[in-house]
Amino acid sequence: MWRCCSLSAMAVSLLAASPACAVKAYVSNEKSNTVSVIDTESWTVTATIKVGQRPRGIEFTRDGKFVMVAVGDDDTIQLIDTASERVVDTLPSGPDPELFVQDSTGKILYVANENDNTVTIIDLDKRIRIGDVQVGVEPEGMALSPDGKILINTSETTNMAHFIDTGTRQIVANVLVDSRPRFAEFKRDSSELWISSEIGGTVAIIDPAKHTVTGKITFEIPGLRREAIQPVGIGMTKDGKTAFIALGPANRIAIVDGTSHQVTKYLLVGQRVWHMAFTPDEKYLLVTNGVSNDVSIIDVSAQKVIKTIQVGELPWGITIAQP
Amino acid sequence: MIRALVGALGLALLATGALADDPVEIGIGYLHRAKVKPTLSLMTTPAENDGVAGARLAIEDNNTTGRFLNQHFTLDEKRLKDEDDPAAAASELAGRGIGLILVDLPADGLLKAADAVRDRGVVVFDVGAIDDRLREEDCRGNVIHTAPTRSMLADGLAQYLVWKQWKRWLLVTGSHPEDKLYADALRRSAKRFGAKIVEERVFEDTGGARRTDSGVTQIQRQMPVFTQQAAAYDVLVAADESEVFASYLPYRTWDPRPIAGSAGLIPSSWDAAHDQWGAIQMQNRFLKLNARRMTALDMQAWTAARMIGEAASRVKSNVAKAMLDFLKGPDFSLAAFKGQRLTLRDWNLQLRQPILLADGRMVVSVSPQEGFLHQVSELDTLGVDRPETKCKLK
Repeated sequence: MWRCCSLSAMAVSLLAASPACAVKAYVSNEKSNTVSVIDTESWTVTATIKVGQRPRGIEFTRDGKFVMVAVGDDDTIQLIDTASERVVDTLPSGPDPELFVQDSTGKILYVANENDNTVTIIDLDKRIRIGDVQVGVEPEGMALSPDGKILINTSETTNMAHFIDTGTRQIVANVLVDSRPRFAEFKRDSSELWISSEIGGTVAIIDPAKHTVTGKITFEIPGLRREAIQPVGIGMTKDGKTAFIALGPANRIAIVDGTSHQVTKYLLVGQRVWHMAFTPDEKYLLVTNGVSNDVSIIDVSAQKVIKTIQVGELPWGITIAQP
Repeated sequence: MIRALVGALGLALLATGALADDPVEIGIGYLHRAKVKPTLSLMTTPAENDGVAGARLAIEDNNTTGRFLNQHFTLDEKRLKDEDDPAAAASELAGRGIGLILVDLPADGLLKAADAVRDRGVVVFDVGAIDDRLREEDCRGNVIHTAPTRSMLADGLAQYLVWKQWKRWLLVTGSHPEDKLYADALRRSAKRFGAKIVEERVFEDTGGARRTDSGVTQIQRQMPVFTQQAAAYDVLVAADESEVFASYLPYRTWDPRPIAGSAGLIPSSWDAAHDQWGAIQMQNRFLKLNARRMTALDMQAWTAARMIGEAASRVKSNVAKAMLDFLKGPDFSLAAFKGQRLTLRDWNLQLRQPILLADGRMVVSVSPQEGFLHQVSELDTLGVDRPETKCKLK
């Protein structure tokens, strides 16, 4: 998951001039109940932070001061202080939080609660729950439209993307997709919404204005059985030209042309690849490999895996610091 | 690769205005026996709502989805006593306009029910009977099977035992017909995957109560004696669907050996301890609704009712024939917390599914095992495959 997006080119050059601002990636390790911190210059793990039970969804706050990590089996979201690299507070997330998304101001957090078919809305300043929305069975994927007006939630057993008006907090449309939709991602220009279906083995392209499926990306890898191709995490470059899709137990990242929606290349990574995050300059993409306990580093322009870093057990989510 | 989805446009969008209309009603019938089967262990005694509780959860799940699709699902449960006629019960449901019936009855009862309503276009879901013959010589074009077959269960177990290099089996079979069928399936699996049955013994059911106040004193003497002087073996495989002896075997064999089959390491479609692949959500939902743990029969019934929900949401209809066509077609796949999509074998309408191997406390492994390959689906390494089938669907 990557949301550190509002970075201007100027900020990037400033960052390069200031080594004190080293970009860090935080990886949630689902099994070992830890978060690994990776320095993206030296590509080494610099810290391992103890967190609650079953950490999965993970994201920086907009001000970069905290990393939020959903610890599903403790029914909360913990806040890691990035300065002290310790858990300092929790958020009232509702039961079994998995994935979440914050608005552009960093004031409102929307959380998918897998266990009770709801999306919880949290005020991040006051750290209190301010509302919820009833959705389908097993809510999971979360995304906000670039203008912040529409919240997308996918429900894994209902097989839908729910369109929620963030103003009224009412569902305004439901779009059926293939089995077990897990992740949602908007193109930066709002022209397309992509939804991955893990069991269906496809990524649906949705017209967010018309609420219709306009196309579907399918995957074929010679020598791999169809059941093993299970799309989950999606990462798209800011210009919307290239997308990276994690294919789970197919152990590959598919590179997809953002315009033609054709798969152009498959990159072999680690076992059961889940989620991903770009470095702010988009030079590198880091992907978590759940079963092989490591993170693969992809050189985005060369479209090559350049390095693998060992982290904790069953790495799941990843977020990268916004300087 | 992108596929233009002209047809999907209609499916994809739900006009919110439609919600003002009355919902489309989808009634599902459920036929099962009134009596529960006695078991050796109190732990495995089925609840009075075993199976139907899974269907009820699926109805809730379907109705959550149905809120967005203006569809409403209901369950109509009928318990049959021994003297009740399954054909009459199925006809009665069909007479009330129910086009989809989940059936948990022994093979003959299931066939009677299915044949009675076949001409009325009713689709029957076999959620309980594991007999291979229902998918082979006695297969029916209007019967979908969510229960695995004996041969799928035996193959799932055999693949693991072979992977573990426990290839020498002592096969102990009960004296009832279904025990013999399970033993046949185990013999077939041994041959298929390279295990060797070094010796076979039969445990005669001489009758008697399954629970007595004297308890284990006699059993502790009987079981070692029964298993002594066997040819050298790695694992004792027991075929005892009738619950007469298998659960007495662990820790009591003459030679210190693991037990598998009807006790010890047991193959099944689901286990209360299964928590991988999102299954924990399912287990939590089930526990909340029914205040007990979920069994394989609950899962098989949940799966059948969820298949109906899935078909209804895709074809936007409550017509059984349209749903059956969708379920048989290439676009159907079901997410059922087993790590991969479940689909139907189009030659006999058996649901492909991984087989869990559990020891009563934990899931030990899930078959198919790595390395058992297949040209179509690795799930087809479990059970009778297309080239061997005797089924001609009508």
